[in-house]
Amino acid sequence: MLALVTGPVLADWGLLNMREGVTSTSHAVHDLHMIILWVCVAIGIVVFGAMIYAMFRHRKSKGSVAAQFHESTTMEVIWTIIPIMILVSMAIPATKTLLAMEDTGEADMTIKVTGIQWKWKYDYIDGEAAGISFISSLHPDHNSARLLGASRDTDVLRKQFGDTYLREVDNPLVIPTGKKVRFLFTAADVIHSWWVPDLGWKKDAIPGFVNESWTRVDKPGIYRGKCAELCGKDHGFMPIVVVAMASDDYEAWVAQQKGSAEQAAAAADKTWSKEDLIARGQDVYRTNCAACHQVNGKGLPPAFPALAGNAILNDGDASRHIETVMNGRPGTAMAAYRGLLNDVDLAAVITYERNTWGNDGGVVQPADIKVAR
Amino acid sequence: MSTATATYDEHHEHGPDKGLIRWITTTNHKDIGTLYLVFALIMFFIGGAMAMVIRAELFQPGMQLVDPQFFNSMTTVHALVMIFGAVMPAFTGLANWLIPMMIGAPDMALPRMNNLSFWILPFAFTLLLSTFFMDGGGPAGGWTLYPPLALQMGDGFPFMIFAIHLAGISSIMGSINVIVTILNMRAPGMTLMKMPLFVWTWLITAYLLIATMPVLAGAVTMLLTDKFAGTSFFNAAGGGDPVMYQHIFWFFGHPEVYILILPAFGIISAIVPTFARKPLFGYSSMVYATASIAFLSFIVWAHHMFTVGMPVVGELFFMYATMMIAVPTGVKVFNWVSTMWKGAMTFETPMLFAIGFIMMFTIGGFSGLMLAIAPADFQYHDTYFVVAHFHYVLVTGAIYSIMAATYYWLPKWTGNMYDERLGKIHFWLSTISVNVLFFPQHFLGLAGMPRRIPDYSVQFADWNMVSSIGGFVFGASQLLFLWMVIKAIRGGEKASDQVWEGANGLEWTLPSPPPYHSFTEAPAIK
Repeated sequence: MLALVTGPVLADWGLLNMREGVTSTSHAVHDLHMIILWVCVAIGIVVFGAMIYAMFRHRKSKGSVAAQFHESTTMEVIWTIIPIMILVSMAIPATKTLLAMEDTGEADMTIKVTGIQWKWKYDYIDGEAAGISFISSLHPDHNSARLLGASRDTDVLRKQFGDTYLREVDNPLVIPTGKKVRFLFTAADVIHSWWVPDLGWKKDAIPGFVNESWTRVDKPGIYRGKCAELCGKDHGFMPIVVVAMASDDYEAWVAQQKGSAEQAAAAADKTWSKEDLIARGQDVYRTNCAACHQVNGKGLPPAFPALAGNAILNDGDASRHIETVMNGRPGTAMAAYRGLLNDVDLAAVITYERNTWGNDGGVVQPADIKVAR
Repeated sequence: MSTATATYDEHHEHGPDKGLIRWITTTNHKDIGTLYLVFALIMFFIGGAMAMVIRAELFQPGMQLVDPQFFNSMTTVHALVMIFGAVMPAFTGLANWLIPMMIGAPDMALPRMNNLSFWILPFAFTLLLSTFFMDGGGPAGGWTLYPPLALQMGDGFPFMIFAIHLAGISSIMGSINVIVTILNMRAPGMTLMKMPLFVWTWLITAYLLIATMPVLAGAVTMLLTDKFAGTSFFNAAGGGDPVMYQHIFWFFGHPEVYILILPAFGIISAIVPTFARKPLFGYSSMVYATASIAFLSFIVWAHHMFTVGMPVVGELFFMYATMMIAVPTGVKVFNWVSTMWKGAMTFETPMLFAIGFIMMFTIGGFSGLMLAIAPADFQYHDTYFVVAHFHYVLVTGAIYSIMAATYYWLPKWTGNMYDERLGKIHFWLSTISVNVLFFPQHFLGLAGMPRRIPDYSVQFADWNMVSSIGGFVFGASQLLFLWMVIKAIRGGEKASDQVWEGANGLEWTLPSPPPYHSFTEAPAIK
């Protein structure tokens, strides 16, 4: 037991307290946290000290005889006024920090963040990266390690993933250092909350709303976080990774992203073979669909219906299938993938679903999706 | 002021019916109090079993025992059962047993409604728990039922909503009864400012319940129509507003927090003077502090929502208002400490639990003050720091006060002393383990672990394991409490009428156990 208690303490003091983080906001928040913590500790010492003193000195077994005093307006006034003064002195720095945190003006660039069960979508709205858009989900290796019964041993997880277990994504968010980045938050289905402790705050992503926040990271590095608002079954498995890059690296990353976007556009114009679509569709399915409909296509009825043997998928006319995937099913957990996946990925995943688990529903080409849009 | 002496007729002299029918048809405040307390104890163990599932899954990283959906329904139903099934009925049970005896009344004012308000509860919670066996499973969107997530629930959704409606109706009826009893049935001379603080805190709690339960009922009814009638109250795509639900919910939810703690303040204010053998310090300031807390509880709700994107003026208002609550709460703690000061203290089990309450509730109050600082809350919100905070105020606050009350009044109720040695073992085991359970959760939250997740990164592994071990020991310790209660009901050293040397109040003037009807003639008030 003692080893258990002292173990983590010796291992890492940083695991006991709030992280200082890497932004001016996170430093200000950390300072506020430390002030209020020490204020509480000081009050605690006085109050608990008095209690403990009384418990040892004023006990019957020590022959203490009870006094009969039972009120004092002076005392009541004193212990009303002093806490109010302490609170006011706390409120002043807290107000200053809050006002600075909420000032999203004069940003250098804007990124829109959309929470989706259970991944994040990032759209670069303006600046040199304008138009870049991608989805960021839990890394596939972590996704298989977190399945029920997959890993029974902490040491195995530690060896395989180090400190990043469940904190690694396929496509991290990349931001430039030294720039004020404004974030816009919204959600496609339920409420999520975007939280990277090193940036110093979290903000809810709410369907139908746009929230704002900002950060400026000066030190290049990888900063990790998680969804903080319960958002359904896989709430625990939608991490956030922010990579802050110096401007050269950032520009190279932007160029590379734009290049692959062009390739994707070209890919949407050609006719694909069934095998290529299925191969690509499998990856898309694993990342986007398998959480609910399961890798084996059996789903988790009734909330998440089976795709294996599903009539809509085996119909010679694929239009209902395309319609469901693109627009979702209102009133159910089925999300609209129209804005989340490109034409190729939509065609690939639909073709994959129509030709796997015994289904036989034919091929859907990116051109068919373009028509459906 | 009216009196309780008037209607004395032969009919009231008979004792209870025999067997099961006594408990079904009873209109007696003591029987109904017992029913409430037994029901609360059963729910405490059901909700506790769910907590054990949660801590077992979190014992180490990786998914070992349950799937994520079931894990979410465990956290959700654990909260619903503990709040609406354990703590609130336990306080209502104590109110039923104690308020008539404390104010010198023969019974509660509305005995038939009293019976109904209890007997709704088993049905409500059968409905709630039955959702586990329906397609889609139990509620898994968190006890706050935030839309749109809550609307994704399967077939059990309407059953859960109706269960909440029923529990709310039960609470409202119970509260009406408490208010009517206190305002109309006090013995002559028992002026408001002579009432024991437990009666005062319950009077204020009852008003909070009547004011906020209909708000909750309205919110969940709107969820129901959103799901089945396409009303879009909380659906932005239909012109509604998902954040509006949170405002409505927390307008109920924050006063609810004080519903869960004000009666506890009353209990502690009864126990500390008894074992310090000294009158309560600052009685009237305690009453005013309780009323201030109740008032403030209505204007702080959005501190649960600092991260939803409010205008900065709103955030400042709710931050300042929330910080103000520390003042009257501080007054209470200072008054209790002053009551102990220069007393002649002994430390029987009720006093141990009361002191445990004061210390650990204060720790929960400190973390509450930290959470009130809006910029810092942007880090704390929805992490294990919050989980640690509200378990310090609810487990070592509300539940410790209920334990303290049970030890304190059980000899009066049963006529038998409980086993003091067992009680002390229960206290020390619980107090050590509950801190091993919840204190490390502060560290986890600060280090970055969100709440309501079934699996976590390996750097959180050590403290989670410590916390789980504390949880298992705390859970097992409560079996001692059950055994202590059963033992005291079945027999033991006979308790005197006074029971405790320093006890003051009308309930101690009655025999132990008290007669079936408490005061058939109004007692004289000094």
